[in-house]
Amino acid sequence: MSTAQDDPPDIILNVTTMDGEDHALVALEGWRAMEVIRDYGLPIKAECGGACSCATCHVYVDRAWLDKLVPPSQEEEDMLDEAFEVQDNSRLSCQILMTPELNGLHLCLAPGSEPD
Amino acid sequence: MRKNHSDSCPPGAHHDTDVIIVGAGPVGLFAVFELGLLDLKAHLVDILNRPGGQCAELYPEKPIYDIPGVPLITGEGLTRDLLKQIAPFKPKFHLGQMAIDLKKRDNGKWRLTTDQGTTIDAPVVVIAAGGGSFQPKKPPIPGIADFEGKSVFYSVRRMDDFRDKRLLIAGGGDSALDWALALRPIAKSLALVHRRPEFRAAPDSVAKMRTLVAAGGMKLFTGQIKALHGEDGVLESVTIKTADGEIDYPCDILLPFFGLTMKLGPVANFGIEMQNNLIPVDTEKFETSVPTIFAIGDINHYPGKLKLILCGFHEAALMAQQAFRYVRPDEKLRFQYTTSSTNLQHKLGVK
Repeated sequence: MSTAQDDPPDIILNVTTMDGEDHALVALEGWRAMEVIRDYGLPIKAECGGACSCATCHVYVDRAWLDKLVPPSQEEEDMLDEAFEVQDNSRLSCQILMTPELNGLHLCLAPGSEPD
Repeated sequence: MRKNHSDSCPPGAHHDTDVIIVGAGPVGLFAVFELGLLDLKAHLVDILNRPGGQCAELYPEKPIYDIPGVPLITGEGLTRDLLKQIAPFKPKFHLGQMAIDLKKRDNGKWRLTTDQGTTIDAPVVVIAAGGGSFQPKKPPIPGIADFEGKSVFYSVRRMDDFRDKRLLIAGGGDSALDWALALRPIAKSLALVHRRPEFRAAPDSVAKMRTLVAAGGMKLFTGQIKALHGEDGVLESVTIKTADGEIDYPCDILLPFFGLTMKLGPVANFGIEMQNNLIPVDTEKFETSVPTIFAIGDINHYPGKLKLILCGFHEAALMAQQAFRYVRPDEKLRFQYTTSSTNLQHKLGVK
């Protein structure tokens, strides 16, 4: 039974940590992927707190999802210069805003994102 | 390549003061103001070569919207205004120096020592070190630690150390470009490696670099370093992965410039209780497990803590009250407002 009052379906964010553990996180619309990962206590440094100023929330995006994301800004491309082992599917997770269309998005935490 | 802020004291000397502040970010700077209103003098130590902490290093141009009464200000603007606000109290800065040791002296005062040999004695210490000290990011290339200090350097202390060497510089920002241009004339050979054809460094430096590359004065690789080769820390070559495959490039010295990141650093060894890289404090005085040592700003923790600049300002004001009781045990603490106290207005130089 479905009514207009039903809660919207969960947005699932799949995250693989650098030591290979898989986690399915429930994201809220409008949150940054970095904020969801941090909120769950997964190991991510994210030291500038989402200002696109540090590259310590570096992730690899599952290639199946690449063209569903808003392309990186010039600022994000510049900041990726301070990440390591950057690939063509590298993004800063603070620049990925969660939307219902991204339900099931898969990100892998990448070099430079490790907390101390 | 930035020079130290002009007000920084020359390193290596000894100083006596009322309060030592470790960290010259916004909260450390505002602590000078609150201490100053109580006639307490302060010295600040910071590993960066200018005041401002994260505001100066991470987001100088980003707008900040949550400073009370200031609808919009940049990190750089906030730093500039705080320096103006604390100028009447004549704080002493020790910049480009890392606080490495804190010991109690027989006379009951603390002695803080920096990596540049500066020593400062004071009865009170305030840790306002934010996320720790900014240190160069180290590329996760296997075995790189074995080469550090011998063939791999994250900063240039003496240019002459690299004279007649085959240098490889990694990175695409101002540090990478500035050092490439500065070291090229004295190097035996110089190459720059960067992950993409575009550079974020100042356009003028990028243009100079491209002219040199076109003229054969230096090499440019678009790619990333995958491996280092050599023995006993002596670099012989590096493997660079490019779009066209892997290149083995012979070189003596690698200088990676990938920006800075915060590491807790020596504060962890000061003998203060720590939890998850944070310093637990009370919320009355923001004092640590060690009496006369306080912690304010992002580095402290207490129930309900929020890492906001405005919270750090509040913590600085309460800390200063207790600092006064320690530094001037025989004097009565007088609470006054800057709006009404001519005494405070004289201190601020407005009366």
